[in-house]
Amino acid sequence: MGTNTHFPDPSVVREELIQKYPAKVAKKRAKSIIINDPQIIPEVQANVRTVPGIITQRGCSYAGCKGVVLGPTRDIVNIVHGPIGCSFYAWMTRRNQTRTESLTDANYIPYCFSTDMQEENVVFGGEKKLKQAIQEAYDLFHPKSIAIFSTCPVGLIGDDVHAASKEMREKFGDCNVFGFSCEGYRGVSQSAGHHIANNGVFKHMVGRDNTPTEGKFKLNLLGEYNIGGDAFEIERIFEKAGLTLISSFSGNSTISQLENSHMADLNVIQCHRSINYMGDMMETKYGIPWMKVSFVGAESSAKSLRKIAEYFDDDELRAQVEAVIAEEMPKVKAVIDEILPRTTGKTAMLFVGGSRAHHYQDLFTELGMTTVAAGYEFAHRDDYEGRDVLPTIKIDADSKNIEELKVLPDPELYNPRKTEAELEALKEKGLEINGYSGMMQQMTKKSLVVDDLSHYESEKLIEIYKPDIFCAGIKEKYVVQKMGVPLKQLHSYDYGGPYTGFEGAVNFYKDIDRMVNNPVWKLIKAPWQKTGATNGKSKGLEATYVTQ
Amino acid sequence: MLLRHTSKEVKVREGLTINPAKTCQPIGAMYAALGIHGCLPHSHGSQGCCSYHRSTLTRHYKEPVMAATSSFTEGASVFGGQANLLTAIETIFSVYDPDIIAVHSTCLSETIGDDLQQITRKAKDDGKVPEGKRVIFASTPSFIGSHVTGYANMVTGIAEQFAVSTGVKKNQINIIAGWMEPSDMREIKRLAKELGVNIVLFPDTSDVLDAPQTGKHEFYPKGGTTIPELESIGDSRHTLALGSISAEPAAIALEKKCKVPFETLEVPIGLTATDRFIMALSEIGGVSVPDEITAERGRLVDVIADMEQYFYGKRVALFGDPDQLVPLTEFLLDLNMKPVHIVSGTPGQRFEKTMREILDTRSPETNFKNGIGADMFLLHQWMKNEPVDLLIGNTYGKYMARDEDVPFIRFGFPILDRIGHSYFPNVGYSGGLRLVEKILTALLDRQDRDALEEKFELVM
Repeated sequence: MGTNTHFPDPSVVREELIQKYPAKVAKKRAKSIIINDPQIIPEVQANVRTVPGIITQRGCSYAGCKGVVLGPTRDIVNIVHGPIGCSFYAWMTRRNQTRTESLTDANYIPYCFSTDMQEENVVFGGEKKLKQAIQEAYDLFHPKSIAIFSTCPVGLIGDDVHAASKEMREKFGDCNVFGFSCEGYRGVSQSAGHHIANNGVFKHMVGRDNTPTEGKFKLNLLGEYNIGGDAFEIERIFEKAGLTLISSFSGNSTISQLENSHMADLNVIQCHRSINYMGDMMETKYGIPWMKVSFVGAESSAKSLRKIAEYFDDDELRAQVEAVIAEEMPKVKAVIDEILPRTTGKTAMLFVGGSRAHHYQDLFTELGMTTVAAGYEFAHRDDYEGRDVLPTIKIDADSKNIEELKVLPDPELYNPRKTEAELEALKEKGLEINGYSGMMQQMTKKSLVVDDLSHYESEKLIEIYKPDIFCAGIKEKYVVQKMGVPLKQLHSYDYGGPYTGFEGAVNFYKDIDRMVNNPVWKLIKAPWQKTGATNGKSKGLEATYVTQ
Repeated sequence: MLLRHTSKEVKVREGLTINPAKTCQPIGAMYAALGIHGCLPHSHGSQGCCSYHRSTLTRHYKEPVMAATSSFTEGASVFGGQANLLTAIETIFSVYDPDIIAVHSTCLSETIGDDLQQITRKAKDDGKVPEGKRVIFASTPSFIGSHVTGYANMVTGIAEQFAVSTGVKKNQINIIAGWMEPSDMREIKRLAKELGVNIVLFPDTSDVLDAPQTGKHEFYPKGGTTIPELESIGDSRHTLALGSISAEPAAIALEKKCKVPFETLEVPIGLTATDRFIMALSEIGGVSVPDEITAERGRLVDVIADMEQYFYGKRVALFGDPDQLVPLTEFLLDLNMKPVHIVSGTPGQRFEKTMREILDTRSPETNFKNGIGADMFLLHQWMKNEPVDLLIGNTYGKYMARDEDVPFIRFGFPILDRIGHSYFPNVGYSGGLRLVEKILTALLDRQDRDALEEKFELVM
């Protein structure tokens, strides 16, 4: 199996990928197809419009807001204001697992709520129906909170979901009702919806409950959505290490946890793309620094734990973290040692998400596999090139429309958890505070980086590189597999997981071993289709035909 | 309990739909367009629509579902989507080279008033449609009807925009497939062949959404009704529309345009609906029913007779789409079972009228409701008030089935957690056999699970 050197010149590959496009499209796509150099990271065009007609992996703002960020919190009644489809398609399809403490605790995740907007609502306005729906949800369930999500027609007909929410919130008194203007046409992908969701969660939930929580090392886990139980595994590790998780944003979370999250002393960010706004805003308002971590990969998990211990600068915690790593690693090692001979030297491609295409490269490295090409579906330049490029990112018409909250230090609650001097000292120890250096610094020279990969480009890449595994989502799954290449879904994990932490790493190793070595890929050709096969026309058949 | 907040007490809701028994029009249009050979469905709206529809269809079929989008941004939503659609058409023909682009609208493009007929004509006038290629369209606003309506609208668009009347009649019958699986379409074709009737079936997703693993991805799989076939439907002698909601509108349009007379039948699910289909096809085709089909029917009746004791009086709740629920209800009655609760999110008085006709004499006390307010939350509440022995519906039913500890059969759209629907038909006598087997297995497995040790039976 190949390493990078077996492949054609990446600049030739790039030409191949764009040659079929109309000239204008080719010019545009060329800026998003980049040959990597980890030393001098080139600029990647990202977070720009997809050309209409291009078969893209991307979804919409509503998907990023309701589907990704708000969906996993179990005790909010999420009402989608719009025609039925939007709520229907986001109904449990993202596998956000959640575990209530008792059998009677609120959990609305298995439910789908919609105003099922009809033609008369589009013509005459839907606010009345929306308020009626909120009232009915309140009367039926008495939830702590109701969130309203706007779909495309809502913004166009001018329904004011925020005013309706406010009116109902004031009417109820004991139910926090708030809305999101996350119409699908906002921005260029799910990413706009993440930002809109961050703003809403920050405005309407974070900071509402100042009750101090017991615990010496208190932190929030941002950008972890508990797909396949990922958050459960991280929670297990945190507990073992003596870390107190106040809230996750938002896998396996509750409203109370989010409302109390500003009492933490550190925010660790896993999915940078979807939640970095929250890290910045909480830093400004409450003085909580954030740190990029990744619990995808056994080594990354160990490294992230050590970084957290270093941040809290406590010897007891350092010792505890080392004890956890020492206990967990041998189990991981036993598995990888057995698997490694079967996966070493194989190649992977990852085109997914806004962070996963970076994180999962660590797991492939642990499997001895090379990532030959990777890219995100909806990331921005900072996710590729690192946050240093933030000041140079041009604000275009599409991003301008997404609100940037003006955040100021809270007059009472602002409390810098670290002094400037302490932060400096941490940086000197190599801790990246409020920073992220992106995917490309970790990828090899001459690997390909492609933003917003199109269907056409994916087929070309597979033809050229013949990777041993391709990582993407459900829409790509069976296309790629029809080409005889296994596809690992990195949104839904093909209904497996968890893949985080130590236990997750073991799950992933086993799954990838199973997939790249599955006998089914050798069964595709029927015996009569193989080279040298005669397909019933052999002389032998004639010779043996007469038997009596 | 997964659905722990569902109370027994039923209250009328006017604003809130909970756990819908339907989804929106465009996904139906996308599915229908996949049943034309060489066609790329195109969603004229935000990217999310196309992404969600492709994802749902892919989860249901475990197959590639190719479709493109106009990728609306805020600018397009304000200034109209014409520029986006024109760019899309140009891009699609250069990159993906389909024979046909089938454009459907969304709530977004409908709200801003984009006129698909005008834009697609402009694309042609501007030379963005290569010679011999086609762009067809259907208006599918998500705020009217359901996914079934969207399917019907796209099939109507196909009939209207392809059919040509040459004045010379062809010895063929059109069969318009209501919403059914590739396996069902394959079975319809097989039955017509057995009967010796020359048919054009459209749309036809067999060999598209049940494509074989070959090591090569066929962007346009071998199946689907072809352009010459679709052009010829205007010269057919007769049309059979299978499904009054999902297929009949196309038959009406075809009659209007090309004067092809039509007859509407139920989707042939179960014994009597299949009987009517076979009778109609043999009469219109002027052929007698071959012995092999009579034998197929006989095998189904034989199984029903042999196992009748297990069906009798069993109480069933069902939800799904009207064109499937009507014949299924009839079949359950033929099996001597008791449909107790029936819910469909798809609106329309036709469903109520037909259900009344079926149920009035044989089971007048059955609860049924469709359209606004007819959701799975209501069905669940009904089940809590009047329990059932069996639940039949799409995958979302598994949550109710688990909470209420009721055997569950997956039937309808979408089925996200099991396979089989693409490969084994529900229509025809063989489809009936499959349904009977499924029902029996579900009921008998439950009887085995719950039987006291001394009552555990070897032979059943």
